[in-house]
Amino acid sequence: MPPFRLKDAAHENRLIINRVTAASVFIGLLTVGLIARLIYLQVFGHEYYAMLAHDNRVKISPLPPTRGLIYDRHGKILAENVSVYTLEIVPEQVGDLEETLKRLQALLPIEEEEISRFRKSLKRHKRFESVPLKLHLTDEEVARFAVKRPFFHGVDIHARLVRHYPYGPLFSHVVGYVGSINERELKRLDVAEYRGTTHVGKVGIELAYETILHGHTGYAEIETNARGRELRTLKENPPTPGADLHLNLDVTLQEIAYQGLGEHNGAVVAIEPSTGKVLVLASKPGFDPNAFVYGIRGEDYKALQASADRPLFDRTLRGRYPPGSTIKPFIGLAGLEYRIIDGHTETYCPGYYQLPGVSHRYRDWKKWGHGPVDLRKAIVQSCDVYFYDLAHDMGIDRIHDFLFRFGFGRKTGIDLTGEKSGLLPSREWKRRTRRQPWYPGETVITGIGQGFLQVTPLQLARAVAILANRGTAITPKVADHTVGGGQPTPLGDGGAPQKIKLSPRRLQTIIDAMVAVVHSPHGTARRIGEGIDFQIAGKTGTAQVFTVKQEEEYRADKLAKKLHDHALFIAFAPADAPRIAIAVIAENAGHGGSVAAPIARRIIEKYLEQP
Amino acid sequence: MISSASHLSSRPRSLWQRIHLDPVLLTGLLVLAAVGLLVLYSAADAEIRLVYKQGIRLGIAFAVMGGIAQIHPRTLYRWAPYLYAGGIVLLLAVLILGDVGKGAQRWLDLGFVRFQPSEFVKIFTPMLVARYLSQNPLPPQPKTIAFAGLWILLPTLLIAKQPDLGTALLVASAGFAVLFFAGIPWRLLGALTALGLAALPALWFLLHDYQRDRLLMFLNPEKDPLGRGYHTIQAKIAIGSGGPWGKGWLGGSQSHLEFLPEPHTDFIFAVWAEEFGLMGGITLLALYLAIIARGFYMAMQAQDSFSRLFSAGLALTFFVYVFVNVGMVIGLLPVVGVPLPLVSYGGTSMVTVMAGFGIMMSLYTHRRLVPS
Repeated sequence: MPPFRLKDAAHENRLIINRVTAASVFIGLLTVGLIARLIYLQVFGHEYYAMLAHDNRVKISPLPPTRGLIYDRHGKILAENVSVYTLEIVPEQVGDLEETLKRLQALLPIEEEEISRFRKSLKRHKRFESVPLKLHLTDEEVARFAVKRPFFHGVDIHARLVRHYPYGPLFSHVVGYVGSINERELKRLDVAEYRGTTHVGKVGIELAYETILHGHTGYAEIETNARGRELRTLKENPPTPGADLHLNLDVTLQEIAYQGLGEHNGAVVAIEPSTGKVLVLASKPGFDPNAFVYGIRGEDYKALQASADRPLFDRTLRGRYPPGSTIKPFIGLAGLEYRIIDGHTETYCPGYYQLPGVSHRYRDWKKWGHGPVDLRKAIVQSCDVYFYDLAHDMGIDRIHDFLFRFGFGRKTGIDLTGEKSGLLPSREWKRRTRRQPWYPGETVITGIGQGFLQVTPLQLARAVAILANRGTAITPKVADHTVGGGQPTPLGDGGAPQKIKLSPRRLQTIIDAMVAVVHSPHGTARRIGEGIDFQIAGKTGTAQVFTVKQEEEYRADKLAKKLHDHALFIAFAPADAPRIAIAVIAENAGHGGSVAAPIARRIIEKYLEQP
Repeated sequence: MISSASHLSSRPRSLWQRIHLDPVLLTGLLVLAAVGLLVLYSAADAEIRLVYKQGIRLGIAFAVMGGIAQIHPRTLYRWAPYLYAGGIVLLLAVLILGDVGKGAQRWLDLGFVRFQPSEFVKIFTPMLVARYLSQNPLPPQPKTIAFAGLWILLPTLLIAKQPDLGTALLVASAGFAVLFFAGIPWRLLGALTALGLAALPALWFLLHDYQRDRLLMFLNPEKDPLGRGYHTIQAKIAIGSGGPWGKGWLGGSQSHLEFLPEPHTDFIFAVWAEEFGLMGGITLLALYLAIIARGFYMAMQAQDSFSRLFSAGLALTFFVYVFVNVGMVIGLLPVVGVPLPLVSYGGTSMVTVMAGFGIMMSLYTHRRLVPS
């Protein structure tokens, strides 16, 4: 068959015309479909897609604020932001990564652990992002790299602001520390504010004043491409840096307190009675808060937790101690106020006390007794029998009610979190929690600050401040004011002071007795009263060991020390116009007069020297 | 002059006919190529190097077109079976020896040149089918249709196996376009369509995972906006944000900022529609339609059924290219790797398309030499 021959030219001609027409209609319909879709997208969907396009193009990048600094009352820095140097690599810019790593290792001490961590984070970052290889370079390492920097393309040193606590353990509990935001915090925190912030206050002032210290996050609108590479900044809304926080604490006094405790664990709290300003809030031992800022090593943290000295534990707010004899001025005042006794009421002290019809002897610390004792002598010489008797006459519920007014058994309302309320026992309390009746013997020992009664050092100091204030109850305040944008702003004072109704005359009886504790020849703290030109009102205490928390397991040498009594001392000075009220607890330090009182005196002296 | 067609003999043989080019079609193609370079310059983020490369490719493609236009239709007719057989052999070679690129085996590496045999088959298949059908009176008999179907199915399946769904689809449509113009009964066409639709679920199980993903993403691109639905969503955003009038040349933020995946290859229509808006989109489609219309006109002017079927088939296939690509970019069709002819960046398929136009010109301009 010849190739190019039409079988039926006319018919085939018609056919092709028909089919081309049909195909044209088909094409036309499909094209209309395409155009309809284009109209749908570009006319009706235009606004929506234009918005999406904008979102696509502009990345909102958070600009985290600089955290506010924390100062003591004299402007000494307690928490600052320091630059630390990190060695970072931009993978995209490095030719041969392996070779570069090898050369860097030859130049700087980079551990295998750091290399493997780097490799892991490499996978999480884009190739044009800077990935940290080594954190915390020393100045020497920085210098060593700087010299060789031209030979390391894509490797650079970056400075980052890191929280630093120059006093280390000294303020570890009260100032606290910041750490990486964890998941629980993520739920609590304002996501918008903390976008871009890596660290948040974990404990202490850093936690309590987080909002003020943190500041407000700004943002930048950054034009990006689809891979997230930043091209340029379109708009910037700068962050508001966190306000600086000025505390009432005094570095010098805190140092005296911390060092004065010597080898003993313990707590010192000092308050300005008229205002409630907290001058000293020291818990020993402390720990290095700087270790927590960029992630403490697991084993270090375990060691801190396992330590018998419990360095992480804030004794000032959470430590619960039997007040021992330091409770006596309050019990005495209660006796006066309830008119159970007056200044002349005498009790004979044979060296022990017995409840009627009971053979058990409650011993006095002075075996042979104090003989005839009135209230003043009972406080000055810390006679136990007098207060056994007084407590018994008063009954636990009246003790409870009176001590409660001085802030025992409840939180002080200090501007820190984690405060404990101690334990102020009562008949009702025992029935509720232990389902047991109250026994008279339990009242007797409460009279000398033993038994169920437990106070925190902060409570004790505040109670002393109330005493010094002649009944005005203040709320302890660690932070005084903020300075943001150069503008000082006072912080709220935690409500108006409460006035406890007390007879000034009876109060003065107690205060006079407390002055005599320090300044009379028989006072238990007479040694600290020598050579000062003002009067200190004080009271020593020696508490039988109820450790902070019952510890189960100790080495023998530790155990021996743990059995020692806690030494306590409360004081305020000057006695007639008090400027400072203080509570010192030295764990297992024996007699309060010998260890705790001298610390108090040094602090008082130093403080009163200041203008 | 041995032509018997009076409407042709009335016209003197022009210069264009002597060089076997059609000025109308050529103009359309040149305009399209210019548009392509323009939008490529924008899509490639003003990277002039890509534009140069594309320009060189276009030059080659136009040269190929011109060269092929010189080949006499008789030669094409004679060579059709051998070319087709050669194409099939190459497709088999790809399956056995081919390079794997992007998860699909499409390339044949001859050491000095790497190419996709499936591109040739896009021409060779309709060529063979046109020859086969034109040997018998039209419309074809059922037996003829069945054989033609086989000739189409063989390369289609081989290409689908690579897997290259887009090209397989184009080869199949090129073959069926010829069948359509040959006048297969409407009833059969309807039945085939119905059969095809019914076979879809079965086809599902033959698909590769990535092909299934593409289909699923087509159905619901928002499900995985940063993963597999990314292409579709970003293209829609680019087009939609262009609005009726577009953002202006070089003004498309979506494509410039690399939000558009492969903006200068398959998704270049999105760049165009973003920068020139609905008006630009319609204009470009109109340009394509004009070229196709000219193709149809040329097909209808041909004297013999081989030329008519082949020409019309190529023109319709050209539309399928455009429709599949644009439909994919604007989210009407699943994402298949079909470039926008003459506009998308890339060489092979462009040369094929231009070869097709070369053939159409040959068939048109040589018509007076066809013996009656």
